[in-house]
Amino acid sequence: MMTDSARYTASELLAVMSARLLQDGQVVFAGVGIPLLAASLAQRLHAPGLTILFEGGTIGAYVEPGQLPPSTNEQRCTRRANMVLGSTDVLLLLQRGYVDVGFMGGAQIDQYGNLNSSYIGLPERPTTRLPGTGGGNDIASLTQMIVAMKHEKRRFVERVDFVTSPGFLAGGNSRREVGLSAGGMFRVVTDLGLLGFDESSKRMTVLALHPGVTAAEVQANTGFELLVLSDLPVTDPPSNDELAMLRHLDPDHLYTA
Amino acid sequence: MRIRLRLARPCNQLRGSVTLSYDDLCRRTRERDRSLREKVMSLDEAAALVPDGASIGIGGSTLSRTPLAMVWALIRAGRRDLVCARGISSSEGELLFASGASRHLITSWFSLGIVWGVSRIMRAYTETGRARFEEWSHLAMGLRFRAGAMGLPFLPMRSMLGSDVLTQLPDARVIDCPFTGEKLVLVPALNPDFALIHVQRCDAYGNAQIDGLPFMDLDLALAANRVILTTERIVSNDQIRRRPDQTKIPFLAVDAVIEVPFGCAPHECYGAYEPLFDHLNHYAAALKPDAEQGIRDYLARYFYEPASWTDYLDRIGLAELIDAARRGKSIYDD
Repeated sequence: MMTDSARYTASELLAVMSARLLQDGQVVFAGVGIPLLAASLAQRLHAPGLTILFEGGTIGAYVEPGQLPPSTNEQRCTRRANMVLGSTDVLLLLQRGYVDVGFMGGAQIDQYGNLNSSYIGLPERPTTRLPGTGGGNDIASLTQMIVAMKHEKRRFVERVDFVTSPGFLAGGNSRREVGLSAGGMFRVVTDLGLLGFDESSKRMTVLALHPGVTAAEVQANTGFELLVLSDLPVTDPPSNDELAMLRHLDPDHLYTA
Repeated sequence: MRIRLRLARPCNQLRGSVTLSYDDLCRRTRERDRSLREKVMSLDEAAALVPDGASIGIGGSTLSRTPLAMVWALIRAGRRDLVCARGISSSEGELLFASGASRHLITSWFSLGIVWGVSRIMRAYTETGRARFEEWSHLAMGLRFRAGAMGLPFLPMRSMLGSDVLTQLPDARVIDCPFTGEKLVLVPALNPDFALIHVQRCDAYGNAQIDGLPFMDLDLALAANRVILTTERIVSNDQIRRRPDQTKIPFLAVDAVIEVPFGCAPHECYGAYEPLFDHLNHYAAALKPDAEQGIRDYLARYFYEPASWTDYLDRIGLAELIDAARRGKSIYDD
């Protein structure tokens, strides 16, 4: 897309930009793919004290370079981890409040940060049945969320066909009103920029642009009207160190094709 | 404040019931022979215990510790209308749908894995209404098995509120907590007729030791009304008694023990073998041009034609098994 394609792919940009959002000392609950990779990247660079949890039942993962798992449920997830436990029990750590940030990919997102990974079309007669929530609903319901996804108009829609994982629902206080008192959408990282949510309306807001991207391009690739900060900052491009470590972790481009 | 729950009713139109009344649950447990006795049998004998329409809880998760040999035996025995429940489902769910063994899977996620994309069989069967993928959150699946294991009809939880996952589930309820007034979701117990669980080792009585990730299997074993255990190897009761802290499933919950080396192949068994990636690639490629024809051909070659489980493994190939075992055992290397 709008990336400096000679140096990095859109997926690599996503992984680097989202890794930068994770802070040393945090507890992050990461899904497979870019989230797992970005969390591992953060852990190897600026956040060595980052604790990574996987829903398969791993606490304190330290994934081996070139040995990325096909999901967060295989033995590769547990190598050099602090603890393995049942998947119900690791998910209960979210409910108990031990997790600072949840981190996952998304198939479809709307202006209030609701995610759909279940149905395109009506549930009774979908045009596409998607794989479903997995732990996505639990993570999004119980902690602050970072979502990493490609910025495409068909993925950024005014209203998702189906709320699999709740963002701010209908905006305003609606998330709290249904009983979700913890968490909420924090950041959406795309290959075009960095987005957040307006304090009161909870509408998606452009917070920063990646190098070479204009606000008009972000809007043109979005299926609803975005709020935009005045004086938009531009993110620093992925450094050589970040890209080198990323490619060391995923030499076969399993997650960054 | 009233909590309304309909009990002792099937969660579906098919025969297998998954939430039982307490009287039924206790009666079924009392009727089981819970004595310390040998339970070793063959895959075919174990498959014969499971009637058409039974509800089945499947152990492991995604590509890990899947009781694939038992699923293989049930499909070969021509079982129909099994109501299946698993935390996260993968190729075993595709094979259950495509063989006609099941038309109803209760799970949180159903596809092959990120490397292979969205399951084409899951899509083909659910989009045409030929089979049902009943979607609960992963934690909801876990708490449903846990409630079942605890002898309780439900457990409360805080996720799924406000989502469309919840609106699709008539069997879940939202209540105001009687203590705090907070909104909570109640999820009903899952007490499947059978649990299928694969472990690294157990004795002839069914004392099962699990290495690595336990997933939901401890709860599933206690929630189920009968447990069919497949194991990489059967060890002596003396060996079990040397390390009772390693025993995760007690013999008294187990009804059948079958020794099946590589019993999860092509999925992984922690510390024994990793997923057989080449075979999974071969499987995914076979389903690429025409998923339904592809899986029929796969079922014929790997499920119906082999004379035995060993013959199945032979068709997968020695080189693959050796490589997967080398990778699997490497988890214990420094």
